This record gives sequence, C-alpha cells and structure tokens, in this order.
Amino acid sequence: MAKFESITARAVNATPPALSKAVRGLSDRTIAWLFIAPTIILLLAINIFPLIWTIYLSFTNYAANRPNRPIMNVGLRWYRDILGSPEVWAAMQATAHFVFWTIFFQTLIGFGLAYLIDRKFRGHAFWTTIILIPMMLSPAVVGNFWKFLYQPQIGLFNYVISFFTGIERSSFEMLGSVTLAPWAIVIVDTWMWTPYVMLICLAGLRSIPGYIYEAAEVDRASKWRQFWSITLPMALPFIMLAVLFRGIENFKMFDMVVLLTGGGPGSTTELASITLKRQAFEAYRTGYSSAFAIILFVAVFGLANIYVRTLNRVKQR
Amino acid sequence: MSIIASTAHSVVEPSTLAKRSAGFIVILYALISMAPLFWIFATGWKTPPDSISYPPKIVFNPSLEGYCNLFTTRTRQTADYIQALGPPQGTCDEVTRRREMVIAGPSNYAPRFVNSLVIAFGSTFLAVTLGVFSAYAFSRFKIPLADDLLFFILSTRMMPPIAVAIPIYLMYRELGLSDTALGMILLYTAVNVSLAVWLLKGFIDEIPKEYEEAAMIDGYTRLRAFFKVVLPQAATGIAATAIFCLIFAWNEFAFAVLLTSGAAQTAPPFIPTIIGEGGMDWPAVGAGTTLFLIPILVFTILLRKHLLRGITFGAVRK
Repeated sequence: MAKFESITARAVNATPPALSKAVRGLSDRTIAWLFIAPTIILLLAINIFPLIWTIYLSFTNYAANRPNRPIMNVGLRWYRDILGSPEVWAAMQATAHFVFWTIFFQTLIGFGLAYLIDRKFRGHAFWTTIILIPMMLSPAVVGNFWKFLYQPQIGLFNYVISFFTGIERSSFEMLGSVTLAPWAIVIVDTWMWTPYVMLICLAGLRSIPGYIYEAAEVDRASKWRQFWSITLPMALPFIMLAVLFRGIENFKMFDMVVLLTGGGPGSTTELASITLKRQAFEAYRTGYSSAFAIILFVAVFGLANIYVRTLNRVKQR
Repeated sequence: MSIIASTAHSVVEPSTLAKRSAGFIVILYALISMAPLFWIFATGWKTPPDSISYPPKIVFNPSLEGYCNLFTTRTRQTADYIQALGPPQGTCDEVTRRREMVIAGPSNYAPRFVNSLVIAFGSTFLAVTLGVFSAYAFSRFKIPLADDLLFFILSTRMMPPIAVAIPIYLMYRELGLSDTALGMILLYTAVNVSLAVWLLKGFIDEIPKEYEEAAMIDGYTRLRAFFKVVLPQAATGIAATAIFCLIFAWNEFAFAVLLTSGAAQTAPPFIPTIIGEGGMDWPAVGAGTTLFLIPILVFTILLRKHLLRGITFGAVRK
C-alpha cells in the first residue's frame, strides 16, 4: 500500500498540475474527511448543540411556555433542588426496581431458553425466530395493547390467572393497584425483551468450542461441573453485554410504561424519564428539567462507556 | 450395534430425550409469548361487544367492524334518518348503520400511517447513505481518534430521548420544524446514523481490502473503487442495516409524541388515541395495531440471520 502510494506521488510530481489532479483524484485523507464530515455535522447539529444548550438552560430560570421573560442565572439551584427532591428520589427508586427486576428475569429466562435452544432440537431455528418477534415491536403499541390484556373485567391476563389459580378475576387490578403496578410493567418488559437476552446468550453459548467439552468429558467432569466451569464463565461476557444494554435501555424507559400506566397509580410507576417529561412538557420547568436531563445524561454516558468496553472485549472473541 | 452408533456421535451431542424436552419447553414458551399478539390480532376481527365480553371469546363471528371503525369517523343518527338514506354503500356503511350511526368521514389513521411511512423511509435513506460513507472511512482509513469518534457516535444513540427532546423542541420551535415531516426525518436520521455507522463498519470490515486495491491498480480512483467494488459487495449489509433503521423509525414513540401533534404525527402516538363511544374502541385498536405490526413481522423474518448483529451494533456476528 505504502509503495503504491509513493509511486502515485512520484507520478503526480512528474505531471503538470491540471493533469495530476485527474491522475490522483482526491487523496485518501480528503476522502476520509469528506465521508465522515456529514455524519459528524448532523450529530453536532442534532445532538451536541442541543446538549450544550441544555447545559446552559440548566443554570437558568428559562421556561419554554414563557419565552419573553428575562432569563436569569440561577447557578446550581436546580441541581441542588433535584438531588434533594423526594419526588426525584421516588422516581429513581421506581426506576431501580424496574431495572433490577427486568434484568433479573430476562437474564434468567433468556439464558435458560438459550441453553435449551443450543441443544439444537428439530425446528429450533424456526421457533427461535418466533420467540424473537416481541422485541421487534413498537414499545408504545405493546404498552397500549397490554393495557387491554390487563383490564380486570375483560382482559386475557386476569382471565388466565383466575383460570389457573382460582383467584377471582376482578379481585386484582394489575395496573390499578399500588403493589401490583410495578410488577405489571416488569412483566410486560420481560415478555418483550427476554428474546433479546436470549439471542445474545445463544451467541455466547455457540462461541464455546466443542473440543473444550470433549476434553471435559475425557476428564470425566460432571455435566454440573461443566456448566459452572466452562459454559457459564465463557458465556459471561455475552451475558454482561446483554445486561448492560438492557440496563441502559430500561434506565431511560419511557414509551411502554407511559402507555401502560402513565406513571400511576399515584406515582408508583413514575420512572425517571416520566418525571422528566412531566417537568419539561407539562409543568414547563425547563431549567429544572434541563438539569435533571444532564444528570441522566451523565449516568447513561458512564454506563455506555462500560458497555462499549464490554462490546470491544466480546468482539475480540 | 447401538453402542457403535452412539460412540460415532460426538461425545457432547445431547441425547434424544434431552433434545425433545428442550424442544418442548422452548415451543411452550414461544406459544405463550405469542398469545398476547394473537389476542390483539383476534380482537381486530371482533365486534365491540364481543371484544369486551366475559369470559373472553376465543371463538367468535369475525366482523369487519374494527377495520371499518379504524378508517372512519361516525356520527350517531336516529333510526328514521338512517331509513331515509337508501341502501348502504359497501360493507362498512352497512356495519355502521347497524349501530345506528352513519359514516361522517375518513379517520386520521390512514394519514398517520402514511406519515410513518414517509418519515421511516426518508430517515432510513439518509441514515444509511451517511452511514455507509462514514463506515467506509472508519473501516479503511487511519483516522485520528477513530475509537473516540466511534464512541461519540454510538453514545448519541444511548441518550434518553426525553432529555434530548427538551432542546430539540425549543430548537425546532425556533426553526419552524415542529410538527413537520422534515424535522422528524432529520431527528430520526441523527438517531439512526450511529447504528448505521457501527453496523456497516462491521460489514465493510469483512470485505477484503485487496478487492479495491486490485481495482485501483487497474486504474480505478478510490471513489470509483468504492462505488463499483465495495458498495455491491456490501449490498446485503446495507439492506440489513436499512431494515434496522426502518424498524427503529417505525416504532419510535417518545420524540413523535413530544414533537408532533397533527400534520406530521406518526402511527404510534395515534393508535392509543383511538376511542369509541364510552372508552377505548378495542376492535379498532386491534385492527390498527395489526396493520401497524405486519410490516415488522415481515422484516423480522427477512432479518433473522442478521438480528444478532443489529442488536449489538455489529459487535457479535455469529
């Protein structure tokens, strides 16, 4: 490659300017920047400029519904308010509950399914595709139709539960009860995203070379031992990848939960993004919500950093 | 004989019983997880009374009422008025009159669906075009701080949409882009371009460099080699990436609900607002959801071999 370039360079030097341009065309360096620049410019305009604007707004008393009011610098007031606000801590707690339990169930069920699919029973490819369908759907539309399934009188969910357990169908409201609603959203998210974890775990299981198991068989290691000392450790980076990504996604969960519960009853399922939306687009506390947005940004950015590192580790496999 | 047969297998091959029981559990899970989808699909073919009956009706007389209600708005009229109208025109008219109503006009579902199509295809086209150029550059050239740039590109996708929406909302208001298809296309392009760059970089990395180098020795310029050699080789990857971008834009809700309200509203914020007399019109919701989900089902089946790549930004390939 280097040799090739130097020959071109010599040819270019030996020819008159007008011709040299035709011979060489654009240099690789120019092409590289021409190719990357539009993407970077778009991201700067639609992502970075607004981000900087948000940082600026988070120090002001600006309100989107009163654009003509003089803008005043309020310093760190909003950040102090947010960190001391019981509403925000309640939202963070609801988010933590949601993130923890969705990841717990999705990893457990997802890994289990992947482990079973990896036995390559007849028709496993077809059934894997079927299982993957929920994760491709629109979370908003999913939230909306699960609301129908959760209707206490007419919904399929209560019917099935009462059919199998004998509990009176209208004696519990998945979306209306303070104790059940946080679990209702966990159930829907688990239904939707277990396939995601399953698919990545499956890739992890398939990346384990067969000869390792053969060697273990020769050494008469039990199946149990093989699982704990080969399968699980070798699939772990993949599980981590799935867990991190689900963690990031669910930390900023908005659409599905808004349509299911709207944050209610009370504020039991009001996740961080929902609180943010209320402050920004219903109460129009733009400065306050900008500060909250920045806090969420920083948290997601930290997680994303770890995620990309895991991604690169998995890539090397 | 049987001993010989079993040792001919690899020692790690699971037994038939293990395979069968694994298959049984997986298929059971698949069927249970399909039940909600089946239910919403069936609801689209029910009449409103059937859709809210108890116990839930698994066997019912299919009706077009849900689909009719989805595409029309109706007004209640007296029986005398309806009698005076003359014979019903078409199935929907007939179904509507049976409820003592007449069709007042088309509903907003069709225009919202068209908005979804325009915005999804527009943003996908832009994101993939930008993405393929950037991906090629990242794949083939030494770019200073390439890893940091790539991380920057990916991190934009990780941002919470509501947090991004606050300044975008203000910015679009200033620029007159609120509630326009162009505004939504630009926004979705920005979100999708990160996925496109990462995915396409993976695909282009797999095309041997020697192809272009050979073409360039034959007198192609770098640009011509890119268009004539690399792009055709990357066609499958580009198609898979495009489908992923389409699905994202098609499904997106948070930006759509905050930044559009009328002219440019897409289907996801519209479907939950379908209401009939006295609450949700569940058959119409079922019908709207079914029509909205069908393209996704088709795409999922087309994509099944590339799904893993798509959901891990191209990092996990097999």
